[in-house]
Amino acid sequence: MAMAVKLEKRLNPSAAMNVIVPLVSVLAAFVVGAIFLTLTDRDPLEVYTAMFKGALGSQYGLAETVVKAIPLMLCALGISAAFRMQLWNIGAEGQFYMGAFAASYLPLTYPQLPIWLMLPGMALLGCFGGGLWGLAPAMLRARWKVNEIITTLMFNYVAILWVDFLVYGPWKDPKGFNFPLTAKFPASAALPTFGDSRIHVGLIIAVVLAAVFWVVFEKSRWGFEIKVIGASEQAARYAGMNIRRNIYWVMLLSGAVCGLAGMAEVSGIVGRLQPNLSPGYGYTAIIVAWLSKLHPAAILLVSILFGALQVGGFFVQTMGVPASVAAMLQGAVLFFVVGGEFLTQYRFVSSRKEVA
Amino acid sequence: MMKQPLVQMRGIVKKFPGVVANDHVDLDLFAGEIHALLGENGSGKSTIMSILAGLYKPDAGEILVDGAPADFGSPRDAIDAGIGMVHQHFKLVEPFTVAQNIQLSERDGAFLLSDAAIRQEIKAFETRFGLAVDPDAPVWQLSVGEKQRVEIVRMLYRGSRVLILDEPTAVLTPQETAELFVNMKKMAAAGCAVVFITHKMNEVQEVADRVTVLRGGKVSGTMLCRDVHAQELVWLMVGREIVLNAERCASGQCGGEILSMKNVSALNDSGRPGLSDLALSLRAGQIFGIAGVAGNGQKELAEVLTGLRRTETGSIQFLGENVTGMSPSELIARGISYVPEDRLGMGLVPSLDAVENMLLKSYTHPEYSHGWLINRKAAEAKTAAVVQQYNVKLAGLSQPVRSMSGGNLQKLLLAREISEHPKLIIVVYPARGLDVGATESIHKLLMELRDQGAAILLVSEDLDELMKLSDRVGVMFGGQIVGNFPIEEVDLEEVGLLMMGLFRPKEERIHGDGR
Repeated sequence: MAMAVKLEKRLNPSAAMNVIVPLVSVLAAFVVGAIFLTLTDRDPLEVYTAMFKGALGSQYGLAETVVKAIPLMLCALGISAAFRMQLWNIGAEGQFYMGAFAASYLPLTYPQLPIWLMLPGMALLGCFGGGLWGLAPAMLRARWKVNEIITTLMFNYVAILWVDFLVYGPWKDPKGFNFPLTAKFPASAALPTFGDSRIHVGLIIAVVLAAVFWVVFEKSRWGFEIKVIGASEQAARYAGMNIRRNIYWVMLLSGAVCGLAGMAEVSGIVGRLQPNLSPGYGYTAIIVAWLSKLHPAAILLVSILFGALQVGGFFVQTMGVPASVAAMLQGAVLFFVVGGEFLTQYRFVSSRKEVA
Repeated sequence: MMKQPLVQMRGIVKKFPGVVANDHVDLDLFAGEIHALLGENGSGKSTIMSILAGLYKPDAGEILVDGAPADFGSPRDAIDAGIGMVHQHFKLVEPFTVAQNIQLSERDGAFLLSDAAIRQEIKAFETRFGLAVDPDAPVWQLSVGEKQRVEIVRMLYRGSRVLILDEPTAVLTPQETAELFVNMKKMAAAGCAVVFITHKMNEVQEVADRVTVLRGGKVSGTMLCRDVHAQELVWLMVGREIVLNAERCASGQCGGEILSMKNVSALNDSGRPGLSDLALSLRAGQIFGIAGVAGNGQKELAEVLTGLRRTETGSIQFLGENVTGMSPSELIARGISYVPEDRLGMGLVPSLDAVENMLLKSYTHPEYSHGWLINRKAAEAKTAAVVQQYNVKLAGLSQPVRSMSGGNLQKLLLAREISEHPKLIIVVYPARGLDVGATESIHKLLMELRDQGAAILLVSEDLDELMKLSDRVGVMFGGQIVGNFPIEEVDLEEVGLLMMGLFRPKEERIHGDGR
């Protein structure tokens, strides 16, 4: 008689696991990070304390954390729409850049527009730019079954290079001492901020959008269609749902929200179009969406955590620790979340192996 | 025949949850013979061969190869013992060439692969057995018949003396089939034991030396082919006491014509003809039973009627309206309902709860929605009522349905479809995998629906079920209805022969296309 450990699929993954696994994943990521820090002769506790003090311990740090969290919230919400239908849109970064580009067109071309036309116009263009950038892979997927993971990823590079081309070329500020930057936007093109912090109304937009998303995806007829298609395309077809049309709408929505994030960033923070607008918000947002299990409220909270990681990363640079500690922690979190996912689906059971 | 069998299987028992797939099966295979394994779907043919090929471990019984006990822990062990199986779904690496695919199974495991040697061996198989394959062709470019040859060559290359072919002709054209049979005979003549699984009678008589018939997991007979008559094989295969009119309910008055299909053709999933020139007529209050071996167009028929598969030619009239080429949602709106073979995955979504599954087709109806929002309360009330009315047992309305039992899933699915008051309902294998009690309640539901005036197309592989419920029985073979009888005139033996594609009744021959 031999004992063997077998994997068994859980029939109904428990609800508690959905909360416990992400929490444990984050903790495990910090433990792994600590091992690396120890290996480089740092006191992990000291580094972590510095990170969190920097990110959350002062009014300035807190405000910066929220500033970093806003694009994460918007991009993660956008991504979550597509993920619900099992459309793996990893092109948030590109959609963010295209949204930023499209939104910049208005202040650069018509700087004299009044604020009540300028900001809504920029937001609309931002959604439009990002939305179209999501729609193109959707078309390829719906018509010819081209894998959207590949196309959305490749579209990222195109979008980033397109913005580079503009700021190094036609849109470069003639009075900018040859720096690759566009001209500064007029004051009418800046999103209002709270007090003297850099937190802009993008935060309110994200919170409202999260609420809207919750209603749409949990309560509406359309949300039901998305849920069914995501769970079983075959059943959706059987029930008479139009899968192709839903791929278009979902990717359009997903891209538009990521595009809005790009608009908010150029309008609320940067005030011009420039290269390296995003330190990878679109990619980090994938982790955020996954860790949040696509729940809108969780996305808001997790975005704050990841914003804090990023700001904390900057702070520890003063201690001689590279800022990429933050990136490493983010990567480790995703690693453990995906690994932990396995445990919500399966469990280990020991069994006696029969000997014939 | 006093020589020792190459393979002896003794008292093999294999149980799966809920079924005994093999119940003390004995089977001898001799070198140089072609042995047919005949049986209906679910009779245990594939299971016993998978055990021989090392894919499953038997729960009891033993296997002797050359008289010595063998214990196969994996397909590798079986292959080392000289037993190779060609599965229905080929296990080839599509982007690789033929030679590379064959090299994958290199016996001696040398580090460097010898290209010239392999070509030589492939060539040798061609001259010996007529198994012509181009070693340099990438596999994805090959036809199905060619891929099958590559699989066979691969097994021979691995040194197989026992070659198991699982329904090899199901995917082949008649010409390819003829070619395969010639090759099989050559291989047997060279001393291999060739086993092939089939449910086509004519193939057994054409190529096999001996035949073993399985029914319900047991061997119902093993005999020499030249001693046996087709009728006898059919009886061994389907032979059971048919409980005629024991529980038959009087059929309601047949109403007007609901469905009429003329010359309907459609392709199957692999792009070959699935339905060819099919004609069918269905009346209100009638259960039309479709008998036939799975894979003869039943699935395609159901999907054409529900808009899930494109109709290539022909026309479908539903209640006097031409509905050919309409989308699934248009057909659902007109009152065509479908209980698919794949209950969990198509008919029901495993990860959704009972309420959401109840809403699957009716989520746009005004009674379940406030404008663009879903009225979950109304849906819950409806689901609770249906669950009670149809006596569906479930853990909770908000629990994912994947944990429900097969019988309750089927009841929930059928209840959902019936509660929409369909005018035509297509029901495929409704009682498959259900216990007696659940089967009985499903049958009752269907009969009630019939009495309310719905037309029911019942696809089943269970003749008892068809005899019990149907008002007419049609037999499907090769994408056509090859026989169509009122229930009083059904002769089971004739149905059995038609299912095997053996002959057509006289009136069909007159009107038929004389294929």
